[in-house]
Amino acid sequence: MKTEHENGAIGVETLGMTMRFGGFTALDNASIAIPAGTFHALLGENGAGKSTLVKCMMGFYHATSGQMLVAGREAKIADPKAAHALGLGMVYQHFTLVPSLSAAENLVISREDAPKIIDWRKERADLGAFMERMPFAVPLDRPVRTLSAGEKQKLEILKQLYLGRRFLILDEPTSVLTPDEADEVLGHVRGLCEAGEISVLMISHKFREVTAYADDVSVLRRGRLVGQGRVADLSHQAMADMMMGGQSLAKPAARSGQRGETVLALDGAKARDRSGLKDILIERLEVAKGEIVGIAGISGNGQTELMEMLTGQRPLEAGTMTVESTPYTATRSETRTLGVRVLPEEPLHNACAPKMSVAENIALRSFDANGEGTRFWLKPSAMKALADRLVGEYKVKTASLESPIASLSGGNVQRAVLARELTGRVDLLIVANPCFGLDFTAVAEIRARIMDARNRGAAVLLISEDLDEILELADRVLVMSEGRIAYETPIAGADTATIGHYMAGHQ
Amino acid sequence: METDLGLWAVPIAMLGGAIRVSTPILFVSLGETLTERSGRINLGLEGTLVFGAMSGYALAVMTGSPWLGVIAAAITGALFGLVHGLICSLPKVNDIAIGIAMMLLGMGLAFYFGKPFIQPVAPDLPAIPLGWWSDLPQVRAALQVNVLFLIGLVAAGVLWWMLKATKIGLTLRVVGDSTDAARALGLTPSLVRTLATAAGGAFAGIGGAYLSLYYPGSWNEGISSGQGLMAVALVIFARWNPIACVGAAMLFGAAGALGPALQTIGVSSGYYLFYAAPYVLTLGVLIATSSPTQALSGAPGELSINK
Repeated sequence: MKTEHENGAIGVETLGMTMRFGGFTALDNASIAIPAGTFHALLGENGAGKSTLVKCMMGFYHATSGQMLVAGREAKIADPKAAHALGLGMVYQHFTLVPSLSAAENLVISREDAPKIIDWRKERADLGAFMERMPFAVPLDRPVRTLSAGEKQKLEILKQLYLGRRFLILDEPTSVLTPDEADEVLGHVRGLCEAGEISVLMISHKFREVTAYADDVSVLRRGRLVGQGRVADLSHQAMADMMMGGQSLAKPAARSGQRGETVLALDGAKARDRSGLKDILIERLEVAKGEIVGIAGISGNGQTELMEMLTGQRPLEAGTMTVESTPYTATRSETRTLGVRVLPEEPLHNACAPKMSVAENIALRSFDANGEGTRFWLKPSAMKALADRLVGEYKVKTASLESPIASLSGGNVQRAVLARELTGRVDLLIVANPCFGLDFTAVAEIRARIMDARNRGAAVLLISEDLDEILELADRVLVMSEGRIAYETPIAGADTATIGHYMAGHQ
Repeated sequence: METDLGLWAVPIAMLGGAIRVSTPILFVSLGETLTERSGRINLGLEGTLVFGAMSGYALAVMTGSPWLGVIAAAITGALFGLVHGLICSLPKVNDIAIGIAMMLLGMGLAFYFGKPFIQPVAPDLPAIPLGWWSDLPQVRAALQVNVLFLIGLVAAGVLWWMLKATKIGLTLRVVGDSTDAARALGLTPSLVRTLATAAGGAFAGIGGAYLSLYYPGSWNEGISSGQGLMAVALVIFARWNPIACVGAAMLFGAAGALGPALQTIGVSSGYYLFYAAPYVLTLGVLIATSSPTQALSGAPGELSINK
C-alpha cells in the first residue's frame, strides 16, 4: 500500500454533495475543495452536517447526489476500504487504537498486508526507520492504554501516515488535548502539509486553532455551506457569525457576591490511583461559599480519582474530607442534608441509569423525598411535573419524557443531569469536565448555569481538562499533576504559561 | 512394594495429583482464554466438557482407538462452541445466559446419549513413565504423565506465541479489546468471536476426553463435578494468559489432590472438607487478586462482565 501514493499530498474536492435520510436533508449541496498540501478547516455546530460530509467522503455513507474528485479524477467511493485505497484516511474523535496492544502492535495490525506470522525484529527495524522520518515520536512498546491523550492522538496520526494515507480527515483532533499538546500536534500536522506530505481536512470547534493552523475554512450550518474563505481574511467574529447565523450565545453571568465560609475541606486525603501503583494525595483543598475553585491538569494526573474520592466511589486511605465541618462520605443522606450536588464527567455513564426514562433520571435525587422525610410509594405525577418543568427550563431536547435518557445527545444528557443537580438546595457543587464534546450554545449555557450557582452562594469545585474553561469560570486556579496539587493562584494572577508549566509536571 | 516416605508422601502425591487432575482444567481454561480474549464469555464449557467426555468415550468404545475418541471430542466441542458463537452473534443476545443454556444442554445431551456407554470399557490414553529414574513407587506413580498433559503444555506455549506474534493472535486481541477499533480496521468482530468460541469449545472437548479416557477413566454422569466452571474462573486468576493458565490449573489440581494425599499418611478426619480445598482455593485467589478500586489488569475490554 505504501508505494502507491509515494508522490505526497493529494487534493480532494466535493461537488454538490447532498445527503438525505428519508425526508431530512443532512447535507445540502456542499462543494468544498482542498488542494494538495493545504490545511482546510470545517466549522459548524453539532448537527450542522460536518460528520455527514466526511462520512460521505470516506464511504461510510453513499451521498444521495454529488461527486467527489480525488487528485483531480472523479472517484466513486463505495466503502471505507475504497477510500483507503485512494489514500484517504480519517482520525476519529474517539480513539480507535486498541488499548491493551502496544503502539507497535497497533501499527502493524492496522496494515492490510500484515504478515501472518509477525517477525518482530524486522517490523521493529521498519518501524524505527519510519519513525525517523516522522517529525514526532511516541513510545512504541508500552500498551496504548498507558499513553497520554496527546501521545494517543499523535499515534493516530502516525498510524495514518504509516498506512500511506495522503489526505487526512481529522475529527476534532484536539478535544482531549491540553493547549500545549494541541499546539504541538497541530504544528506537526501543519508542517507535514507544508512539506507536501499530506492534505488535511479538520473538523473543529476552536477558532483559535483554525486561525493558527488552517489555510482555508468552510462553514456549515444546518447542512448548508454558509461560508468559505481564506482563514487570513476572516476574523473570529466573522466565523462565529457564519456558524451561529445570528443566534446569540448565553453570556456567562457576571460575578457577584462575596466569598463566604469554607464548605468543602480535604486534609491529607490519600487514595490509590486506578492502576493501584501510585497514590493520590491532596494535602489541603478548601472550597468556600460563593467561589469557583478550578482544578486544571492533563487527564490522567489524578483528577478522575479525586472526583471518585469526592463522590464516595473511591475509599480514602488516610486523611479527612469534611463538608461544613462534618465528616463526609458521600452517602445519600449526607448529600441531602448538606446540599451536595455532583455533575461527574461522562454523566450518561456516571450519573444516569441509561435505559431509564428522562423523567426517572431527573427524579433520581428526589424520588424518595417527602418534604424532610422519605416516602415508600413513589409519586409519578410529581416526578413527571418536575421533569416537565426542568426539561422546559433547561431546554433539554427529548422526544418525550418517557424516552430512555441514553437516546438523548450528549449535550442534552448533560443539560438534564445539570437540571437535576441544580434543583433544590445547592451548597456545594462538584463538576468535572461539564462541557466535554458539546457545541458552543450548550457550552455557553452550561457555564452560565454554573456561574449562576456560584453567585447564589454555592461553593463550586470545577475539575476540567479545558484550561480556557477554568480561566473563564474560576476564582482560584489549582493545578493537579501526578496526583498532587502542584500549584495554586487566584484568577487575578493567573498566567497561562505558568499554569501550563505546572500542568506539564515541571516545578 | 510401598516405601514409607512419611510426610514427603504428601507433596509427592500432590505433584502427581496436579499433573493428573489439572489436564482437563488446563484444556478448558486454554479454550476459555482463547474465547475471552476475543471478547466473549462461554460459560457453557462445563457442558462441552461433559459432552466431550461422553462422545470421546463412546467413539473409543466403538472404534477401539482412544485417539479417535479425542478427535471426536474436539469436533463435538467445536460444534458446541460454534452454536454458542452463532447465537451470540445475533443482536441483543447475552453470552452468559446462552452459556448457561449451552451448559445444561450439553450435560443433558451427554446423559441422554451416554446411557449405553456407562457399562462398556474403553481403551485408555497412553501415559509416559517419566519417573523411571526413581526407585520410589510413589514418585513413579506421580510421574506417570499422560500425553495429553504434554500436548496441553505445548498448546499453552503455542497460544501464548500466537497471541503475541501472529496476525490471528493480534486480530483476536483487537476484537476482544475494542469492537470499535476492530470495525475501524475492517474486521468482523462477530465472525472472529464465533471462530474463537468454536476453537475454545474444541479445547474443552479434548479436556472432556481426558476425563473419560484417562482419569478417572470411565464415563459416568458425575464425571466433571464442575471442573469446567472452575476453569472459567481460573482464567480470570490467570489474567487471560495461556502460560499462567498452566500454573493455575496445576495449583488447582494440587489442591484437589490434598485430600487423598493426606489420607495416605493417615489423616482422615475432615476428609470431605479437604475435597473442598480447590474450590476454597479458587474463591480465595479470586478475592485476593481483585480490588474494588483498581481496574482488572489484562482483562479484554469487550467482556460483558467489564461493561
